Amino acid sequence: MEKVQCQCGHVNPPGTDLCESCGRSLTEKEQNNTLADMRYEGTARRSQTYNKSIVDKIWNFFSSVKIGVSIIVVLLVAASIGTILPQQAYVPANTEATIKAYYADVYGVPGQIYHALGFHDLYSSFWFIALVGMLAISLIVASLDRFVPLYRSLKNQRVLRHVSFMNKQRIYGKGPGNEDTMKKAEAKLKELKYNVSTDKNGLLAEKGRFSRWGPYVNHIGLIIFLFGVMLRMIPGFYVDETLWIREGETRAIPDAPGYFIESQNFELETYTGEDEEAVFGEAIERVGNVAKNYQTDVVLYQKPEDSLPGATDDMEVVDEYPIRVNQPLKFDGYAVYQMDFRLDELKSMTFALTDKETEESFGELTIDLINPDEFYELENGATVELLGYYPDFDGFDNGEPQTATPLPNNPGFLVEMTTPETPEGETSFILIQETIEPFGENQYKLSFQNVETRDVSGLTIRKDKTLPILGLGGLIFMIGVAQGMYFNHRRFWIQQQEDGTVILAGHTNKNWFGLKKDLDQVSEFASLPAYQDQQEETREQDDKKGAELT
Amino acid sequence: MSLADLSANLLYVAFIAYLIATFVFGGAVKGNKNGSFKSEKRWGKVAITLTVIGFIANLGYFFTRWGATGHAPLSNMFEFTTAFGMTLVGGFILLYLLYKTPVLGMVVLPVALLIIAFASMFPSEVSPLIPALQSNWLAIHVSTVVVAEGVLAISAAAGLVYLLKVVDLSKNSKQRFWLEAIMYSLILVLGFVISSTYFSLTNYEANFEYVDKEGQPAEITYNMPPIFGMNEYVALTDDAMTPLAETPAVINAGKLTTVTWSFIVGTILYWLIRLIARKRVTAIFQPFVKNVNLNLMDEINYRSIIIGFPLFSLGALIFAMIWAQIAWSRFWGWDPKEVWALITWLFYAAYLHLRLGKGWQGEKSAWLAVVGFAIIMFNLVAVNLIIAGLHSYA
Repeated sequence: MEKVQCQCGHVNPPGTDLCESCGRSLTEKEQNNTLADMRYEGTARRSQTYNKSIVDKIWNFFSSVKIGVSIIVVLLVAASIGTILPQQAYVPANTEATIKAYYADVYGVPGQIYHALGFHDLYSSFWFIALVGMLAISLIVASLDRFVPLYRSLKNQRVLRHVSFMNKQRIYGKGPGNEDTMKKAEAKLKELKYNVSTDKNGLLAEKGRFSRWGPYVNHIGLIIFLFGVMLRMIPGFYVDETLWIREGETRAIPDAPGYFIESQNFELETYTGEDEEAVFGEAIERVGNVAKNYQTDVVLYQKPEDSLPGATDDMEVVDEYPIRVNQPLKFDGYAVYQMDFRLDELKSMTFALTDKETEESFGELTIDLINPDEFYELENGATVELLGYYPDFDGFDNGEPQTATPLPNNPGFLVEMTTPETPEGETSFILIQETIEPFGENQYKLSFQNVETRDVSGLTIRKDKTLPILGLGGLIFMIGVAQGMYFNHRRFWIQQQEDGTVILAGHTNKNWFGLKKDLDQVSEFASLPAYQDQQEETREQDDKKGAELT
Repeated sequence: MSLADLSANLLYVAFIAYLIATFVFGGAVKGNKNGSFKSEKRWGKVAITLTVIGFIANLGYFFTRWGATGHAPLSNMFEFTTAFGMTLVGGFILLYLLYKTPVLGMVVLPVALLIIAFASMFPSEVSPLIPALQSNWLAIHVSTVVVAEGVLAISAAAGLVYLLKVVDLSKNSKQRFWLEAIMYSLILVLGFVISSTYFSLTNYEANFEYVDKEGQPAEITYNMPPIFGMNEYVALTDDAMTPLAETPAVINAGKLTTVTWSFIVGTILYWLIRLIARKRVTAIFQPFVKNVNLNLMDEINYRSIIIGFPLFSLGALIFAMIWAQIAWSRFWGWDPKEVWALITWLFYAAYLHLRLGKGWQGEKSAWLAVVGFAIIMFNLVAVNLIIAGLHSYA
């Protein structure tokens, strides 16, 4: 396509509707309009100009508002489908098979279909992410397509515009003026905080141009946000780990090299409904216990960098902190959250070695259920050897005891008890409230004495280096929205012709009421000719037609 | 009188003030002679004064309850929904100051009344905060959201007035059908309020045992005669009505029963109104809006979205993400409430692009505004009560 030369001599880029310099209409469509289309100042937008190559076609596709809105609508419909049944992250199943079974069991055939279509993990699905990607591309392309020419045009505005530009503005007036009209208008406009530039017999007053950038600024904010979300796929930007820690334990913090955490105590508090909480009495009576606080008191340690691997005696205390919901422990870009707990996990069990008949005792032994010792020496030369330990016993397989998990939920002990009277030893398999003697009746038994328990805290460890980027994106978005919505770009063009006739035109991107209020003040002060709102007139005519119909 | 009692009484005062103001607004608008706005001007002043008095009492309810509980009263279904009714009125007062439109009050106030009445059907005693809600972000995040939603809802009210005026009721059309459907759904809410109030005043209670979706035995209390029974139900109350049908375990028959009663009562009410008035409910209201300036309604529709959309972005997305990062360790987790907040936001974004980019003004804009309100209500009611998620605090 070729550049377009205007009658005024200015050479415009191909596809321009209104001459960049004088504002004359350059296209037939524009010439036939009663009002000039000022949305993008009549500039040449790439999408409206080229449509030949495949690049043009893609560009035009993504720059269209219709396509942008369609993507938004498809996205919101897709998002809503994901809320019909719970997503897999909120389902009490972990493996692919159990998740699939869960949907089938709980929701029947609809659940099976939902799972088969992949809706149980809709927001991580390829097509959903692709939709978000398309939205991002649309944001970028549509913004560039409009912003670049608009910026060019507003930057190179000329003061003097052709009459045919001015009388196609929504606010237009023409009439005789006084000698000092222009001077007074200029003074009043300056007083109203307009930037006024003059050229020969005319002036251009402008304010709030930055509001025109609002949409592009908020789109930039959204793009930065989406970029930040994408970054977390890169290793090192994002850590999400779970750590179960028992009271009294010290453990390395996963994915935080050199850091260790010790749980001193876990606490679960519920509302009592007494004293200060008496006001909640009625509610507590209705719903039962209400949790008040989940808290893990921790000590955070760090190993010096020159420390030997595996050495734990040279750790330095970094912080002591009660981790509560809403109050994570923060250090070095990490945050540790109170997420879950298990109360009263078995810690150790104490038994006494006794003669079944005489109840004579050789003393007690305590078995640690996490790291049990293998050999226990008791009084008078008696010993107990732990041949096998099954923390979560769930039956025998081929005569072998089995454990379901490594957690001490249902501990089973295979022991050999040796006393001076039974030097060859007696074997016994001990469970809670049950003892099996595989090789015949024993003389001695381990009788259960007591048990110690402790709580386990479920902590989540997070590091998210993308947060500042996301925050920046959000901030820029809000600035852009405010900039575009709460400010407006107002302009007046005023010219005095040689015979003294004054013509004036006004434009704003929104809030015409405010523009008119400004103009009324200037008119009164500088005795400008009366103006008309050319669109209001057509609108009123439409309204009348509408009224006749109803 | 304790602070909590004072708070409850102030809410009554607000409710009654809104109720009276509704009729005064209606009278103000109806009293207009064709083409003149004299009655509107005179009685509009009285009505807005009543509204402001009600709103002050409503604020009084809010802050005394805050004092009584020690936390912002935005933590459960009753508190949030009541606050939504309040911000709806607040949003109306704001736009009334800008545009002086009594006709808007005639639409907004009854809707606010319905919302407050709906809220009162939920347990309203002051309740303590669970650990996840113990944060200053409760006040910051939820109050921004509720104000934003109140203001956004005004656009739907303006849209409704616009549609009442422009939709031709003498001819069968999709527009006529949907407009009547809006009226019908508002009456259904009234049906819920009436049936809940009736059965709670008569102290209806029936207990059942059933098997839940995990296969565990559970118990349920019905506060309305059970139309639907839970999965494998067994009545524990002797004289309980036998449910007409049993539902599968994934469906909560208790809630379904409540919904069905609301439909029954609401539908009877709807047809009673139609029989007595001998016309569509929309047609009853249409004469009230004959004087309405359509451009002004379109402007209010747009203006309230201009105010509400940034607030909503801030409260329902940005503040929400900040708090979610602090409380739940991740700023976004595709929890149903989060998803529906995103859907609401996307919807209004689409509205703005269609309006500014495609010139969708007037009637199209009005329909969109009404749909936006429907999405907000869906997120408030359905997502809390039907779709289980982290935000189910009701």
